[in-house]
Amino acid sequence: MADKPLLQLEDLVLHFKTTKGKVQAVDKVNFSLMPNEAVVVVGESGCGKSSLAKAILRLLPKNIETYSGKVFLEGQDIMLLNDEEYRKNVRWSKMSMVPQAAMNSLNPVLRIGDQVTEPYIIHTGASKADALKQAKKMFGYVGVPEDFLNRYAFELSGGMRQRAAIAMALITLPGLIILDEPTSALDVLTQANIFNVLKKLKRELEISFILITHDIATSSELADKVAVMYAGQIVEVSDATSFFTKALHPYSRKLMDSVPRLRGDKEPDFIIGQPPSLLNLPTGCRFRDRCPSRFGLCDQDPPVFQLGDRLVKCWLYKDSKEAVHA
Amino acid sequence: MPEMMNSAVVQNDRDATKNGVLLSIKDLRVWFELKRMGFGHAGDVHAVDGVSFDLHNGEAIAVVGESGCGKSSLMKTILGLYRPTKGTILFDGEDISMMKTAQLKNYRSHVGYIQQDPYGAMAPFMSIEQILEEPMLINGIKDKAQRQKRLRRMLEEVKVFPVDDFLPKFPHMLSGGQQQRIVIARSMLLEPKFIVADEPVSMLDASVRVEILKLLRGLQEERHLAVIYITHDLSTVRYFSRRIFVMYAGQLVEKAKVQDLLNNPCHPYTNALLAATSDPDGNNAKVIKELPPGEPPNLINPPTGCRFHPRCPRIINGLCEKEIPPEFEPEPEHKVACWLYKP
Repeated sequence: MADKPLLQLEDLVLHFKTTKGKVQAVDKVNFSLMPNEAVVVVGESGCGKSSLAKAILRLLPKNIETYSGKVFLEGQDIMLLNDEEYRKNVRWSKMSMVPQAAMNSLNPVLRIGDQVTEPYIIHTGASKADALKQAKKMFGYVGVPEDFLNRYAFELSGGMRQRAAIAMALITLPGLIILDEPTSALDVLTQANIFNVLKKLKRELEISFILITHDIATSSELADKVAVMYAGQIVEVSDATSFFTKALHPYSRKLMDSVPRLRGDKEPDFIIGQPPSLLNLPTGCRFRDRCPSRFGLCDQDPPVFQLGDRLVKCWLYKDSKEAVHA
Repeated sequence: MPEMMNSAVVQNDRDATKNGVLLSIKDLRVWFELKRMGFGHAGDVHAVDGVSFDLHNGEAIAVVGESGCGKSSLMKTILGLYRPTKGTILFDGEDISMMKTAQLKNYRSHVGYIQQDPYGAMAPFMSIEQILEEPMLINGIKDKAQRQKRLRRMLEEVKVFPVDDFLPKFPHMLSGGQQQRIVIARSMLLEPKFIVADEPVSMLDASVRVEILKLLRGLQEERHLAVIYITHDLSTVRYFSRRIFVMYAGQLVEKAKVQDLLNNPCHPYTNALLAATSDPDGNNAKVIKELPPGEPPNLINPPTGCRFHPRCPRIINGLCEKEIPPEFEPEPEHKVACWLYKP
């Protein structure tokens, strides 16, 4: 594995303007992704994880209040590019996305082949015939029969449509694919099959992934690293093995406890209360009100502490080692 | 909490043997006719094809299967929304497939239904109070004070506090978990004998799922309800039900107690489902899972013989593709429709 990160976020901020006030969807997010690595971003709905994906890919709605920070892709700060340069050189050529419910966002009146080849034609200027050849190759990787290129979306099952959407994100061979809840609407067997496809892509094409999900159990199928998001902030970043054995942040632990397990006798628990509204965030630690281990210091915003390779934003670790970010 | 769960399982065990059969389904078939050009017979969709089981008073069972396997058609037929093509559904000894409309209405008031998508299940223009009064109005509870008393008590049971704050609210003002609590409250207002819960937690956040399942289990025990829990998620089943049925292509391929099914899964399809279900583990990402190829069959022309044979890794050539497997019983109370278990 190369030692230079493929993607590095520094204090990425995305705030929306609404009639009710400022929505702090992404609030000073820092993390990095190595080449050929898969990071899973987990959190409850409304914690800002989809907004994080949009902020990285600059797929923004109009009501932006603040959009700042640094995003280094292969060492270059892509936040400095203007929209046209970004579209030409970054989006889809270096990183692409499989949006949430991608299988339902295919155009119903276009053939699958026309949609899947479109980004390739636009970004490489290839002819339609070459693009179809490329699409067939991608369909081979994701396990969709080639003749499906001539079909319409409604003729395909949910699993096949999801694979077609992955093929579409893959067609320009970007180094990084962002997946937003790629399997949440699919059946268990289909889910497992899609994860097999993603694992294969990671091994054979050395693609990196950011997987955004609330489903911890299935996310473990792909994860090298886990980033836990709560109320717009990343509260823990750990390698997958340590995370699944022993999570650090009290929120991460609660999340792990809430996963129903098929094997083993652990009774699942739930997290009392609801996450705070991103419109009106509490000062200090944002998890404070639901935290079983809260104490006096939690009124103040906790810094990020480093424990070996792991990062955690919680006062419990104040004596472990020094803080890396203030 | 673990004690509560163990006692729940024991309780269910005792109940099921002591109590009589509430719902008895025999060789149920639900076919939907396909028309060519609007008329003329063009075939049937065999959504439910030969399903039999008994549900006892106060018993919770789970039906597990993938989308398109017919579990929703089965459920809607049990609710009296579809008429069965063949077979009988006996509820307290009466065949609901023979019932007239007025009788059916009375039957439905004994059956609760918890929908999958709580937001879609509530009229967006009605307040929570109106939503909860509706089933009582339709079923002739004319006394306003009595209606109020019932719905307040029910809301407290599903732990929606403070009740007065919630009554004037509209569904969109509630969180997903709260919406599902209202739907659960509504399903139980008429004090039904059994409830059909169709994927009650699949639309909810992972952190809320367990909370809602626990609430549902608590209510089931307290009110001695029979519950049919329909899901595709095997990992939640064992926290909820005593028996589990695995459905594939319109048929129940395996019926067992939950623990027996998890410890000793028999049908190759059940094995595939279990293999596909992940528990959080750092090693998962390192292995590619062995899964059956292909997709569930089209139910217009289901495969001959065993319906799983085109995908089955353990197919017995010459038998599985020709003969429909009957139910074998490899261990007591554990039935499986698969030729591998022919004694």
